[in-house]
Amino acid sequence: MSAPIESFPNSRNIVREVLPNGVVVLVYENFTAQSVVLTGSVTVGSSLELAAQCGLAAMTADALTRGSASYDFAAISEALESVGADLDVNGSTFTSSFSGKALGEDLPLLLDILSDVLRHPTFPENEVERLRGEILTGLNYRQQDTRYRAARAFYETLYPEGLPYHLSARGTLETVARLSVDDLRAFHARCYGPREMILVITGAVKADEAIQAVRRRFQDWSNPDQPPRVRPQNPTPTQMTRRVQIAIPGKTQSDIMLGAVGPSRLDADYHAAQLANSVLGQFGMMGRIGGKVREELGLAYYAYSQIEGGVTALPWNVSAGVDPENVDLAIEKIADEIRRITRDLVSADELADNKSFFIGRLPLQMEANEGIASMIRNIETFDLGLDYLLGYRDIIGALTREDLLKAAQHYLNPESLVVAVAGPPDA
Amino acid sequence: MSNVFRHVLSNGLVVLLKPVRTAPIISWWVLYRIGSRNEPTGITGASHWVEHMLFKGTDQFPAGYLDKAIDRVGGSWNAQTFFDYTAYYETLPAAEIDLALRLEADRMINARFDVEEVESERTVIISERQGAENSPMFWLGEEVQASVFRVHGYHHEIIGDMTDLRTMTRDDLFGHYRQHYMPNNAIAVAVGDFDPDEMLERIRAIYEPIPAGAAPALFVRPEPVQQGERRVTVERHGTTSFIQLAYRVPAATDPDWFKLELLNSVLAGTDGFGGGGIDNRTTRLYKSLVETQLAVDVDGGMTPTIDPFMYTITVVLRDGVEHQTVQNALDEAINRVIAEGVTERELERAKKQARALFAYGTERVTMQAFWLAFAENFNSYSWFEDYVQSLETVTLDDVKEVAARYLRAQNRTVGWFVPTTDAAQADAEQDEEDFE
Repeated sequence: MSAPIESFPNSRNIVREVLPNGVVVLVYENFTAQSVVLTGSVTVGSSLELAAQCGLAAMTADALTRGSASYDFAAISEALESVGADLDVNGSTFTSSFSGKALGEDLPLLLDILSDVLRHPTFPENEVERLRGEILTGLNYRQQDTRYRAARAFYETLYPEGLPYHLSARGTLETVARLSVDDLRAFHARCYGPREMILVITGAVKADEAIQAVRRRFQDWSNPDQPPRVRPQNPTPTQMTRRVQIAIPGKTQSDIMLGAVGPSRLDADYHAAQLANSVLGQFGMMGRIGGKVREELGLAYYAYSQIEGGVTALPWNVSAGVDPENVDLAIEKIADEIRRITRDLVSADELADNKSFFIGRLPLQMEANEGIASMIRNIETFDLGLDYLLGYRDIIGALTREDLLKAAQHYLNPESLVVAVAGPPDA
Repeated sequence: MSNVFRHVLSNGLVVLLKPVRTAPIISWWVLYRIGSRNEPTGITGASHWVEHMLFKGTDQFPAGYLDKAIDRVGGSWNAQTFFDYTAYYETLPAAEIDLALRLEADRMINARFDVEEVESERTVIISERQGAENSPMFWLGEEVQASVFRVHGYHHEIIGDMTDLRTMTRDDLFGHYRQHYMPNNAIAVAVGDFDPDEMLERIRAIYEPIPAGAAPALFVRPEPVQQGERRVTVERHGTTSFIQLAYRVPAATDPDWFKLELLNSVLAGTDGFGGGGIDNRTTRLYKSLVETQLAVDVDGGMTPTIDPFMYTITVVLRDGVEHQTVQNALDEAINRVIAEGVTERELERAKKQARALFAYGTERVTMQAFWLAFAENFNSYSWFEDYVQSLETVTLDDVKEVAARYLRAQNRTVGWFVPTTDAAQADAEQDEEDFE
C-alpha cells in the first residue's frame, strides 16, 4: 500500500492567495516537523541583462543579502545564524530564486529579512567589492573543473549566441570585473518587483498566520517599471553532430556532456519525454546507459541522462565521467542507446516499471518540507493546477509506448547531437 | 524520551527499532563494523570495493534485479563506506519493506563476487577515484591525512590508493567480505511507519537463521604521539590556492569531542546532520579571513570516529593572496581563541544552532536511521539521541581548555595547495612512477 494520494498537497490543503500587487503566496501546513521552509522566485534573471554585463543578475541576487535598509551585512548574518536559520538568493536565467529554513517560531524573522533584502538592498561598496572577489575566484576555479567546462561548452554550442543559455548566468571573468555598484543598483531598481513573484511556505506554521505575515511585508511593494517576463525563443535543432573538446592540463578524468534541446516543462509531451528519459538513463541505476556504460563495460563511475525542463526548452542530455582513454568508446555506446530509444518502442515491462517508479517515488520526494515546497513551487511556476498531484497517476498511467517513442524522436537525433568533452590534453 | 527499542538477536545482530509515523515509509539500514581504517597496505580501498560488489547480485537477487525492484516501488537505496564502517540502506513505502529485509539478509552472506564483475567494477572504481582526483582539494586532503596518520589506518583515503585498486584480486575482496560480513558484526536499524513488535518478529524470522561467524580480528594500529608540527605542500596545475590545517583530536566517545564541536562552531561553523545547513558568516574565521578579503571561503569539520581523528580547517584563498598572509591571519585567530576562549554569546549561539540543525536532521527517517546506526557503531545510539543535551552541558571554561590543549601548533599538520601553470608539472601529474 503506498501513501494515499489524497494526502499529497492539493487544492484542499494548500492555501493560495494572490496579493493585489501580484505576489502569489502558497502555504502548506506540516506540523510533523519543527521547521519551516520558504522558497520562491521573482521574475528577474540574466535574460534581462546585456551581454556586456553578463553576470549582472546573478551578482545582484548575491549582493542582496550583503546589506539592506534595516539590516547591514553583519546584522543579517547575526539574526539568521543566532537562531540556526538560513536564507539564500540566487540568480539564474529567467528568475532569481530564494530559499530559507528556520524553526517554525522564526518564520517572522525569515520573512522580515527576505522582504528587506528583496525590496530595500543597499549594495554597500565594500561588500560588493568583497563579493566580486569571491565570484572571480569561483569563476577562475571553475576553469579547472572538467564537469563545469564540459557543461559550459555544451550549452555554448547548443544555444547560439544571443540566446539566453549561451552564456553562463554567473558571468565571465571580464564582465564581472567591470560591473559597478551603480550597475547593481540600477538593475535592481528596474527589474525587481512583486508581479508574478511566487512565495511558498511549508512547515510548522498556521496558514492564516503565514499569509498575514506575508501580506504585512509585501503588499505595499510596487514597481511600475518592472519589465514583462521574458518569453524566450527556442533554438533551431542542430543538423549534424558537433563535438567540442576542452583541454585542461593536470586532470586524470574526462567529463562528457552530450545531447540536444529537450522539452520545456510546458510542452504537451513533457511527461512522455521524461518517461523515455527514465528508460534511457535513470531507472534501475541510471537506465540503459548506466547498464551499458557502467555496469556492462565498466567505463564510468557515473553515466546518466536528464531532462532539465524549465519555462523554456532546456537540454535533454547525458553526462558521464570516464577514463580519458575511453572517451570515444563511451560516446559511441551512449549514442547507440540514443539511437535505440529513438528507433524502437520500449518494452511493455519497461513502460510498466517506469510508470510505477514515477508514481511510487512521490511519498519519498515529499517526506520533508523542502520536497513539498519545491513541488508546490513547480505547480505554481508552471501553472499545473493545485490538484496536479491528484491527477498525476492518471497522467502517467495514460502514456503509451508510442508516446515515449514519439517524444524521443521529437527531441533526440543520434546523428545530430552536441558533444562536449573536457579533460586532460591529448585525451 | 527516546522511543528506540534495542534488541540483540541470538546470532549477535544488534537491532534498533524506532517507530516514526509522519509518513508511510520505512528506512532500513544494515551497518557492518568494517571500514577503511581496518585495511592494511596492499588492500586499501577493499571495504569500499566490497560495498560496490554487494550491488552485483546474489543467486536469489541477480545483478540488476534489485535496482529495478527498488525503483519500481518508488524507493531509494544506496550504501556508503566510511573510515569506521560500511553501511547499506533502503527507504521504501512501508508496505514494501519486506524486500529490504530480505535483500540485506541475503547479501550479508550470499554476494557472488564473480570474477568478471570484479574486473568490470575495478575500472568503475578507478574512474571514481580519477573523478575525485580532478579536484585539487582531493590531493591536498589525501596528503594531509597521510601526514597526520603515519601508522593508523586512517592514513589512506577511503577509496584506496590507486596502486592497490590496480592490483587487488577477487580473492582479496571476497576474503575481506567473508571475514567481516556476519550478523554478529552488524547493526540493523529500522525507522519509520511500523509496529515495533511486528517488525521485530519479521526481522527475527529473516535474520536469526543466519549463523554467527567467528569474530573478525581487526587490523588496528594506534597512532604514536605527534612530535611537532608537520607541513606538506601539494603543487599541481591549477588556479586556486588552498590551506588545510589538521589538528589531532580525540574519538567521538571522549567528552572533549563535544567541546571541540562547539569550538568549531564558533571558529568556522558547524555542518549539521543532513537536513540543511546554515552559513558561517558570524564565525571568527569568516570574519578574519573572508571579510578581510584574504579568502573566499572557510570551513571547519569535526568528524565523529572510533579512534582519535582530526579536526580540519580548510580555507579557499582569494586569487592573488599569498599563502603565508592567510596562514598568519589563521594563526592569529587560533592563538586568540587559545588565549581568550570564546564569549558567552558565541557559545549560546552555537548551542542554538545545534538545536536547530538537530531538528532539521531528524525530519527524514533515512537520516534518523543513519545516525542511530552510526552512533551505535562507536558507542551507543544514545550518543545521537542525547547529542543536544551533551552540547548543553559544555561550559566556557571547557571550550577554552580544549582550545589550549588541542589547537597547539605541535599537534597539527599544515597543508598548502600551491597551484602551478608549469606544463612539465602537468605532464608529470599524468604519469605514475613505475616500480617493479
